[in-house]
Order: sequence, then structure tokens, then C-alpha cells
Amino acid sequence: MSMGMTGSANTWTIAAARDALRKGEISAVDLTMSCLTAIDASDALNAFVHKTPELALDQARAADARIASGNAPDLCGIPLGIKDVFCTKGVPSQAASNILKGFVPEYESTVTAKLFGAGAVMLGKLNMDEFAMGSATESSCYGPAVNPWKVDDVLRTPGGSSGGSAAAVAADLCLGATGTDTGGSIRQPAAFTGTVGIKPTYGRVSRWGIVAYASSLDQAGPMGKSVRDLAIMLGAMAGHDAKDSTSADLAVPDFEAALTGDIRGKKIGIPAEYRIEGIPAEIDALWAQGREMLRDAGAEIVDISLPHAKYALPAYYVIAPAEASSNLARYDGVRYGHRAALAAGDGITDMYEKTRAEGFGPETQRRIMVGTYVLSAGFYDAYYNRARKVRALIKRDFEQAFAAGIDAILAPITPTSAFGLGEMDKASPVEVYLNDVFTVTANLAGLPGVAVPMGLDSKGLPMGLQLLGRPWDEAGLLNHAYVLERAAGFVAKPDKWW
Amino acid sequence: MSIDIDTARKVAKLARIRVEEAALPKLAEQLSGILGFMEQLNEVDVTGIEPMVSVTPMRLARRADVVTDGNQQSAVLANAPDAREGFFAVPKVVE
Repeated sequence: MSMGMTGSANTWTIAAARDALRKGEISAVDLTMSCLTAIDASDALNAFVHKTPELALDQARAADARIASGNAPDLCGIPLGIKDVFCTKGVPSQAASNILKGFVPEYESTVTAKLFGAGAVMLGKLNMDEFAMGSATESSCYGPAVNPWKVDDVLRTPGGSSGGSAAAVAADLCLGATGTDTGGSIRQPAAFTGTVGIKPTYGRVSRWGIVAYASSLDQAGPMGKSVRDLAIMLGAMAGHDAKDSTSADLAVPDFEAALTGDIRGKKIGIPAEYRIEGIPAEIDALWAQGREMLRDAGAEIVDISLPHAKYALPAYYVIAPAEASSNLARYDGVRYGHRAALAAGDGITDMYEKTRAEGFGPETQRRIMVGTYVLSAGFYDAYYNRARKVRALIKRDFEQAFAAGIDAILAPITPTSAFGLGEMDKASPVEVYLNDVFTVTANLAGLPGVAVPMGLDSKGLPMGLQLLGRPWDEAGLLNHAYVLERAAGFVAKPDKWW
Repeated sequence: MSIDIDTARKVAKLARIRVEEAALPKLAEQLSGILGFMEQLNEVDVTGIEPMVSVTPMRLARRADVVTDGNQQSAVLANAPDAREGFFAVPKVVE
């Protein structure tokens, strides 16, 4: 057995499993079985919402044959969980919405096709907020996913929208998972579960076959147990795709090779505007520790200003619902998904209205209607165009910071550690949206952002920090994250209670 | 900007989402809260700033105007709630 490979195989990192598979120390079938066994015992977490054990074992057998023939790619035989937002051929894919109940795609998303092409094994589909709209996985039609981190009687959220992915990785149900991040949906759940996740630069990973929420913000990325695993997965997920017109025609670097651990002389920006009022002292202290760790590694810490950052959240909550209202117009009960039962004499408009009222949950309905309002005649300039102008200013702030020599920006991810399920029930929509205050800027500016676990708070819950990088510099960004990961040395795991 | 009940009803209609009359006051209140939050954007001086159209400065890719796919009628219809004789079926549209 390789170094550090104690415990059952489902607890391994992708890198460790890859090496063990290549050395013949374990078969892909046994590795997959180890995960399937863990999944079967994890229903209390509600992370996997569609399990695909037969498909997984078929893929694992094919992977074993490929590994035996030599030259298998890094992900060959690696069992992954796939967020329900990815269309997977022949497997239910409903973005946690009742309006897509029964939908079984006839096609494969580009990301999953690339992962499967690289030999990855799909264990099943993972829970999420409906249409990726939320920060707690509580708007899911499957019911909430549960955070494996439990320190008292309270069941906590694993965050959202990629909460099922984060819970599954943290609970060692899979070796890695796919997520999507429109306003923080990879980074925030990673922070709440002590896992890592990267939102790549907008355009780095194809959006084709991913159920759309806000198309100018949506970006898929990997979630995992180590920065190295993110590098391995991202390498397989990224790349140009003619089927996504916003996909960048750029070469994909070797992200893993970029993990040198050397960031001497790099400039790390600390944005003054992220020191928001009411931020818990623990998050602030963590941020200071992160700065020290990067300084100790030879980086230069530089105070920077992103003057428009405070307007990112309201701009996001104009732009994202506007795009959602357009994207979700396709759910009309005609071509796929749910159609309401109609009364005698109901016409086609009744069909649309009843279908959408029954199929969409409350938060999705709200965002569609907000988007409809801000795009409607008379308000388009006042809300939507103004938000797009503010977005241009937010992006310009980052461009100026990078032009001044900043290599990466260090910031908090969340205002708190994981909160209890149901705790936000009485909060207004706007209070819930405040969870996204630190994360939406990266999406508005299209920048890559990576979440790294740093430690436990006084309650014993994980906390993380994010690094934001220059556009297309995921390689450099992951190397910074790698340094932070090694310095923080976060190895804690949730006690198994489920 | 406060959303009244009539505006909430109109927005629901435009969005093609059936909202019962009894649910309109709460909807109006929530939409007002969200739009009130957006009012902060009015503090920003956006004089001379163009609205962002693309996060990456790039020209959208074009391709040759040729058929690249097709002959998949059964796959296209496979998920339809109601498909008949090779078509999507809906309630009567024209009186």
C-alpha cells in the first residue's frame, strides 16, 4: 500500500487511488464497490438522489480492462458523483426540480462525456438546490442534503447549491464530484464541509448539457478532497467545445504539473471591501492566518481596493434572475418534464401556468418573477441595464488589481460556518441572499476561484478561505491553493453518525 | 420601488406562473423586498459605462450554416408528456 492509504478505499484521494490502480494494488471494481457500500449506508445524508450502481460497475469493469492494457488516463477507474444538473444519458437528470420529474436525457453533457471518456465511473446523481438556486440545498425537490459535520443535535446544511456534491465528498461516498458555481455554489458548500472546490474561469469548461440557470455566470468545476485532485479532475473536464458558443478555444494546461508549491515573489491582494460589518471574529482571524501562511511561503501581501465589490450582490440578484427567467421559459409542459393535469376547457395558457406553478418550487418561482419584472418594458434600463453597467465596473476593479501586479486575491468565502437546516426558514429572501456576499464577485467578473479548508471554528465546524485568480490562470491559482492547503494542514474528518 | 398586488399579478401572468389571489400579497411583499435591495445600485455612478455583454472579450464563434444533426425524431419526442404521430401534442390553440 502507498503512503497514507489507510482506511477503506472510498476515503482515498483521487491521486492516491490513481497510483494504487496503476500499481495493481486495487481494482476499479473493488474501489467502486467500496464507494457503493458507503453510499448504501448514507441515506441519512440525502446526498445521492439517483444511484447508478449497475452503470458504475460496468464502467469500473471497462476501466480495469483499460488499466490492464496500459496508458490509462488519470481518472480511469475513479468513482465520482455527478451533480443532478448535468444531463446524463439514460439516467434521470432533473436539477432537483419537480418540473423535470421523469426526464431522462437522450444525450450526455460535455463534462460527463469527457469524464467518462477519461475512464471515470459514475456512482449516481447528487442533490442540489432546485436549478442551482440556493445556498443550503433546501430548495431541492428531493428534500435537503445533510452536512456530515454534526457537532450537536442540529442537522446542518452542507451549503448549496452543490450541497449534495460537498456532502458526498466530505462523507467519503465518492472520491470526487462535479459541481456548478453561478454565485458561489461550489466554493460555499466546500467551505461548509471542509472540502476543496474550484470554479474555473468562465468559458474554461463547457456548459453544454448542463441545465442552465444564469448562462453568463454558470460554470462547472470539480469538488474533492485535495487541491491535487481538483487539478486532475479539472484537466479532464476543461477544454474547448464547439457546442458551447462561450467555450474558450484555449489549450488546457497540465494543472497537476503546476503544483510546485513555490509562490515566492507572488503578490496576494487583500481586498479592503471584504471586511464587512458584522463578520464573525473567527472568520476574520482565519483570514489573517491565511495571509500569514502565504507570507511565510514567500508571497507578498498587498492591500487592494475593489471599490464596487459591495454592489456585487444586488447586481447579481438582478442579472441572475433575469437570465433565469429567460432560460426557464423552456419549461412549458410541451417537450419534456412535468405537465399539469388540465380541466375541461383549459387552453394552452392554462397549461403553461398550471404546469409552471406545480413544477417550480417557491424560490425558483420568485427568481423567475423577479427576472421577468426587471426585464419588463419600462424597467429594463432601470434594473437590468444598470446592473450590467455595475457588473462592468466590478470586472474593471479586478482588471486594475491584476494590472497592478496582483497574482491572486485571498478572501473569506462565507459570513458564517454551516447553519442549521431550517434556520433560514423565517428569513426574508434578501437575508438568505446575503450568504453569497463574498462569492458572487468572481462570477460577475468571470474569474476562477478556489475554496480551501483552513480549520475548525469554536463549534467544531469547518471553515475555509477562497483564492481568486487571473482569468485563465487556474494553474497558478491551484498552486497558490496548494500552498495554503499544505500550510493549513486541514485533515479533520466528520465523525460518522449517519 | 414597491410592488403592489396588481403588479405582482401582472408579473406572474407575464412569467406564465399561476398564482392564486390569496398568495399575491405575500408575493408582492417579497418582490418589493428584493427590488428594494436592488435600489443600492442607484448609488453607483455609471456615467459613460457600457453594459457588459460578454464576460470574456470575445466574438461569439460562428459555424458554417449546414445541417450537422437530425433524423432523431424518436429521441426528440422521448420525453414529451404527450406526443402523437411524430408531433408534440398540446391543448387546442386556435378556436
